[in-house]
Amino acid sequence: MQTEALLHAPEAATQPTLVVERLKAYYTTKAFGIDRDIRAVDDISLTVAKGEIYGIAGESSSGKTSLIKTIVGAIRPPLHVVDGTVRFNFGGQSYNIYDLKPDKLQAIRWRHLSYIMQGSMNVLNPVRRIRHSFYDFAFAHMGLDSATFWDKVRDHLRRLDLDPGVLDSYPHQLSGGMRQRTTIALATVCTPEFIVADEPTTALDVIVQRDVLAMLRDIQRDLGSSFLFVTHDMSVHATVSDRVGIVYAGRLVEEADTPTLFRGARHPYTQHLVASLPKIGDTTRRASLPGRPPSLAEPPSGCRFHPRCPLAMDICSKEVPPMTNLTPRHRVACFAVSGATP
Amino acid sequence: MFTIIRDLIRYNIEFAIGLAILLLLIGAVILSFFSPYPAADIYVVPPDMPPDAEFWFGTTSRGQDNFWQLVIALRNTFAFGLAVAFLSRILSLVVGLTAGYAGGRVDRVLMAINDSIMVIPHFPILVLFYFVLKDEMNWLMLVLILSALGWSYDARLIRSIAMSLRTRPFTTQSVYSGMSMRKILVEEHLPYVMPIVFATTMNNMIWSIGMEITLSVLGFTDVDTPTMGQIIYWANSHSALISGIWWWVAAPVVAIIVLFIGLFLLSMSMNEYIDPRSRLNRMGS
Amino acid sequence: MIFVARRFGQLLLVVFLGISATFFISHMTPVDPVAESITAITNFGKSDPEAIALMRKTLTELYGLQGNLFEQYVTFWSRLIRGDFGPSLSAFPTPVSQIIFRALPWTVGLMISATLISFLLGNTLGALAGYYRKSRILKILSLGLIGLQPIPYYVLAFILLILFGFVWPVLPITGGYEMNADLTLSFTLILDIIRHSILPAMALVLVGAGSWLTGMRALTSNIVTEDYVTFAELGGVGSTRILRSYVVRNAIVPQLTGLAMSLGAIFNGTVITEIVFGYPGIGTLLINAVHAGDYSLVLGLASLSIIGVAIAVFLIDILSPLLDPRIKAE
Repeated sequence: MQTEALLHAPEAATQPTLVVERLKAYYTTKAFGIDRDIRAVDDISLTVAKGEIYGIAGESSSGKTSLIKTIVGAIRPPLHVVDGTVRFNFGGQSYNIYDLKPDKLQAIRWRHLSYIMQGSMNVLNPVRRIRHSFYDFAFAHMGLDSATFWDKVRDHLRRLDLDPGVLDSYPHQLSGGMRQRTTIALATVCTPEFIVADEPTTALDVIVQRDVLAMLRDIQRDLGSSFLFVTHDMSVHATVSDRVGIVYAGRLVEEADTPTLFRGARHPYTQHLVASLPKIGDTTRRASLPGRPPSLAEPPSGCRFHPRCPLAMDICSKEVPPMTNLTPRHRVACFAVSGATP
Repeated sequence: MFTIIRDLIRYNIEFAIGLAILLLLIGAVILSFFSPYPAADIYVVPPDMPPDAEFWFGTTSRGQDNFWQLVIALRNTFAFGLAVAFLSRILSLVVGLTAGYAGGRVDRVLMAINDSIMVIPHFPILVLFYFVLKDEMNWLMLVLILSALGWSYDARLIRSIAMSLRTRPFTTQSVYSGMSMRKILVEEHLPYVMPIVFATTMNNMIWSIGMEITLSVLGFTDVDTPTMGQIIYWANSHSALISGIWWWVAAPVVAIIVLFIGLFLLSMSMNEYIDPRSRLNRMGS
Repeated sequence: MIFVARRFGQLLLVVFLGISATFFISHMTPVDPVAESITAITNFGKSDPEAIALMRKTLTELYGLQGNLFEQYVTFWSRLIRGDFGPSLSAFPTPVSQIIFRALPWTVGLMISATLISFLLGNTLGALAGYYRKSRILKILSLGLIGLQPIPYYVLAFILLILFGFVWPVLPITGGYEMNADLTLSFTLILDIIRHSILPAMALVLVGAGSWLTGMRALTSNIVTEDYVTFAELGGVGSTRILRSYVVRNAIVPQLTGLAMSLGAIFNGTVITEIVFGYPGIGTLLINAVHAGDYSLVLGLASLSIIGVAIAVFLIDILSPLLDPRIKAE
């Protein structure tokens, strides 16, 4: 089985921090007599080892955000889980997200599992000072008295190169970059074992981007946390992620260690994504893929990429290609590449 | 337009009920044209008769058939409400659109005036008008005055829509492609503005009819044209409740409540339909 | 501070426009207050023409009616600023301001208490209904209050009057206190006053709460989808805290703006309800003044209503920056 294959890798000598199995989550809408199922997450399985940065890549509306929202259990109707399991392992305990009672789930939030949301513009309460957010999110989990707590918070901020004075500001008084870094500080103050970051550097200028990425790498090194890092920007994955999984139209199509993925991608879609990165000195033309990303409400049959795929065969429009291992740490879902016939 | 109404009827029960009520009342209004007694005549039937087969809603102390009085009153009230709504829509559209599109100083000046009118309490002003005009306070005057008072809230709503439309990409595109401003306004933007206008029309009618009823009950309007408030006025002046002629009061009160609930349901369901976020909510949960 | 200054400017504009309008409207009257007063005075017997001429001159000056329209306008304003509205026609020569100030506390008291109760009630229920969307009780309560919303103040007050006055006469339906009450300040007097206020307040609250509820519920349902609420939920913050600190704190500012905008309507409602219940406030005073043809009293009441409401709006407006720090930045 694929998960067993991953467990043979050296870093995963201990239990993987996250195990996702055959996850399916759909948006179901019923309005004016029309029923619609938008298959945002359609049968995805992956694992993240302890201390690993797992990157998720894919274009906009490929289902990436729905995927991670489902993984942390932050879904709201009309999005709901149709099938599959999500299991976290921290501190020797195993937590099945969708089996937990709400208060248990609340207890592991932030202390063990934190989330950096997409777009730093509006994630902090606009009518209260930032220190209130720190209090609301972290105080209960840390179990410290007030003075020690605030000392720790200030230390944490200083270590991340932030002025502790931000605590007294309102969110709108900070620049976009400052706000994002403060949000990251907030997400890491309880030293959680698992951090989900959704496009943390999008909408920031390149200089700030570099600082934020450096910050994230430092945190990962200091705390040993695992990361689930989502971005459509492949160059960011090249810098930060240990392993990358490519999502297309709600499905995982390829997954490999970063060097392997960038130098030896096998799935046609991944190859295209990697090739689209500009390189200094390289003046070859970039061609875009024909067609457009599929609608998740009426996805193509079989392999969802087949209408745009240069390697498409007959079987691709009829059957869904399963994720097969090319090597123990490189999986692909493509009939042409894996040569697998069901 | 019709598909919208059809969808609303089928899936939004509040709209369906509201529409049904309104159609019922409009039916009553049409019926009023067939009234056997002229509106202002009194003592044409035996007074103070309780409701029975011959006089469905009973008769009043002034010798009028309560049923026919009621439907005629309904017609007048409706006409009144529609007139005020129509006139004040014009005002709110003109002010709202101008302020929203022109922006800058024009917007500030218009809004300053707008807010002033919004804040001024209407009732004392209306009483003052009545006091000053006494017998010359006919229906036309009242329509004009209420139209002049009731446009400010809706002007603000229209203005905010105009402001958001102005900055949308498709507007700049139209401007760049050479469409005249007037053409843009009428062909591109009006479809966005119309639903709000419909919803606010209902609200405006609720407000103006409410005002009319209040003024009529106090005897501050022309007492010869029967309207809903008028009936209650006459009932009060003949001490109907104490004399036990409850049907004289009950009929208009019930009719008023039904009318208002109908208008309100329509306005509320229309509002909900327009707001895209509430639409998503309905779809999801 | 610029914010406060700008709001104050708006206040001045409202007062200016409103009072000017009142002035010009009142001068459309066919009633000549001087002639009326003289008729009233001379009814008791004959007076010689010189005395009448003197009276006419004095009265004209008293009513601020000397000179042409513009001079009258200026006189009007100068007296208004000093709080002088002239003498009342029906209660001559009691100054209008005195009569008004006797009735004012009743209206203010009723309006403030009813508004506060309906604002708190409506918004609390609305926030709960918007956040806990599945609760059946909340849905029923909401439906009830919203259903009452479109009914005009007069009609609801009237219905309450019938219900509690005739059908189930447990509450007093007229006046502010019992007619033969002992007016020294005592506990029984206060209780009496409260008893008499229940029905008018109830009418106001029942009609008003519904609109707060719908507004707050809509705001809450929208805010709940905002990023900072989702983030707080991801952060494991408890739902009561989220409701209080993240949702309501953000929703209350537009509601306050809404309160400022609807104060005019609330005032109307209060005045109308007073009339139904014969409550001794501005409403009843206004009606009596109209019936008595008391020109200066009606004018004074209209002017004062405008000023009062405008000031109240101003006060509420300057509250908003305290709650929403982003406003200060403008």
